[in-house]
Amino acid sequence: MGGRLKNGLLLAPGLGWLGLFMVVPCAIVFFFSFFERGTYGGIEYHFTLENFRRTLDPLYLSILLDSGRIAALATLLALLIAYPAAYAISLAPRRRQSVYLFLAILPFWSNYLIRTYAWMVLLNREGIVNRALASLGVIDAPLPLLYNEFAVVTGLVYNYVPFVILAVYASVSRIDPALREASEDLGAGAARTFLRVILPLTVPGVVAGCVFVFVLSIGNFITPDLLGGGRFLMVGNLIYDQFLTARDWPFGAGLSMMLIGIMMALLFIQAVMVNRNAAVRE
Amino acid sequence: MKRRDGKGGGGLLRMAPGVHLGAVYAFLYLPILVLMALSFNRAGLPTAWGGFSLEWYGKLAHSDAILSAAANTLIVAVVSTLLAVAIGTLLALGVEARKAGGALDALLFAPMIIPDIVLAIALLSFFTALQFTLGLHSIILSHVVFNIAFVCAVVRTRLKAFDYSIIEASADLGAGPFTTFRRVTLPVILPGVVAAALLAFTLSVDEFIIAFFTAGAGAGSTTLPMRIYAMIRFGVTPEINAMATLIVLASFTLVFAAQRVNRGIIGG
Repeated sequence: MGGRLKNGLLLAPGLGWLGLFMVVPCAIVFFFSFFERGTYGGIEYHFTLENFRRTLDPLYLSILLDSGRIAALATLLALLIAYPAAYAISLAPRRRQSVYLFLAILPFWSNYLIRTYAWMVLLNREGIVNRALASLGVIDAPLPLLYNEFAVVTGLVYNYVPFVILAVYASVSRIDPALREASEDLGAGAARTFLRVILPLTVPGVVAGCVFVFVLSIGNFITPDLLGGGRFLMVGNLIYDQFLTARDWPFGAGLSMMLIGIMMALLFIQAVMVNRNAAVRE
Repeated sequence: MKRRDGKGGGGLLRMAPGVHLGAVYAFLYLPILVLMALSFNRAGLPTAWGGFSLEWYGKLAHSDAILSAAANTLIVAVVSTLLAVAIGTLLALGVEARKAGGALDALLFAPMIIPDIVLAIALLSFFTALQFTLGLHSIILSHVVFNIAFVCAVVRTRLKAFDYSIIEASADLGAGPFTTFRRVTLPVILPGVVAAALLAFTLSVDEFIIAFFTAGAGAGSTTLPMRIYAMIRFGVTPEINAMATLIVLASFTLVFAAQRVNRGIIGG
């Protein structure tokens, strides 16, 4: 059996499956986004750019911008929590690092719905956080912690912190300890060493973690649905509604294409930044 | 992770990373632990403690709706895992042997980063366009998509450390391609394949949105996460804490097992 043929046979089932059940479905959504909705919810095959124009209507544009703002906020907070944690793990003795890292990733492997529901229990008016604050005398009346932007951001940060820890650790753990020592031997303090040596070398991990969190947050459905209480809309909820409630598939398809566009742009920026970083290191 | 060499103010500064890490673990685990504690709460309310009870676990075991959803979830997870492991492992072998990057890597990365809701509506549109009847089988076909990408990624990390010259050595010694695969390649990648299977199974058991969109209207194809979503969304019942506890413990056990068979696959 020739090498190329054998290789082709190994690749064929997987690429075929991804092609048929991912690329073709996404192509269909792309295709739908250029047509009109039918009177009874089907697709009317008249070419139009109306679906893309509508995503820029003030109503929908504000949902898109809100989603972007919330995703950016969640990304920033997740990074601020995860970076020092990843750094702390890299300072531990080698043998223990994998245990610490495993413990940081483990929650990610539990059910997303359940992790989100846990925050509904913690944050509701009668919930544990409000009760604790009340019994400490910090507050008189329960704080509105649930069904708002605060709850959505908290849920997103909670769910995606493990990703960022993993991504940043991947970069931090590759740094040669000799570099840190060299910097300190040359008279740089801990802060200077961190800012001038460690931080620049972890840019690829930071960017990878941030892109991941941002993309998964801006297209999230469960978190705004449950912790936003349905009162708070993000693009993911809007797409859900277009497909299941409003039955305007072409508009839902247009919104999905916007999300894919944002995702591809960010991945492109990430690739450029990682390449530049690699070039600087050469 | 306290540092032994901490002294005075410098000591405090040196302890800061460890303290922060401890706080992060508390943030990550406390919400889950609270749910677990509440699952044993006789009062059934998330607010007041009414004494220890296994009542909600009993209720769970007698709920037909939950048991049938659990059975559906098992079918979907087992079948989609078996398919994804076979296809994903072959894919990993093919991709690593040819060392091509770029477009192929992007295609393999896409299922992991594409928003769930977008893949869900895309699959719904696809099945609808083909007038394909929806049910457990369409959930399985859909779950295989992200599981292939996942299995492939896990097996590839195993293959990165693989010395391809032993394949040539095996061929030089007269072994055919099949014997070489069975006697040389498979034993090397097996821990990765088993770990990938455990993790793919976990992902499939927990997946909600894609299952929700590709299950069709019939109640016969409701999976456990779909049932959990309905319970959360339309009136919380105390059984949910018991179910959450069981599911989280099952996931943690599977992931722990995956880590044991294939050291270093999940990070470190």
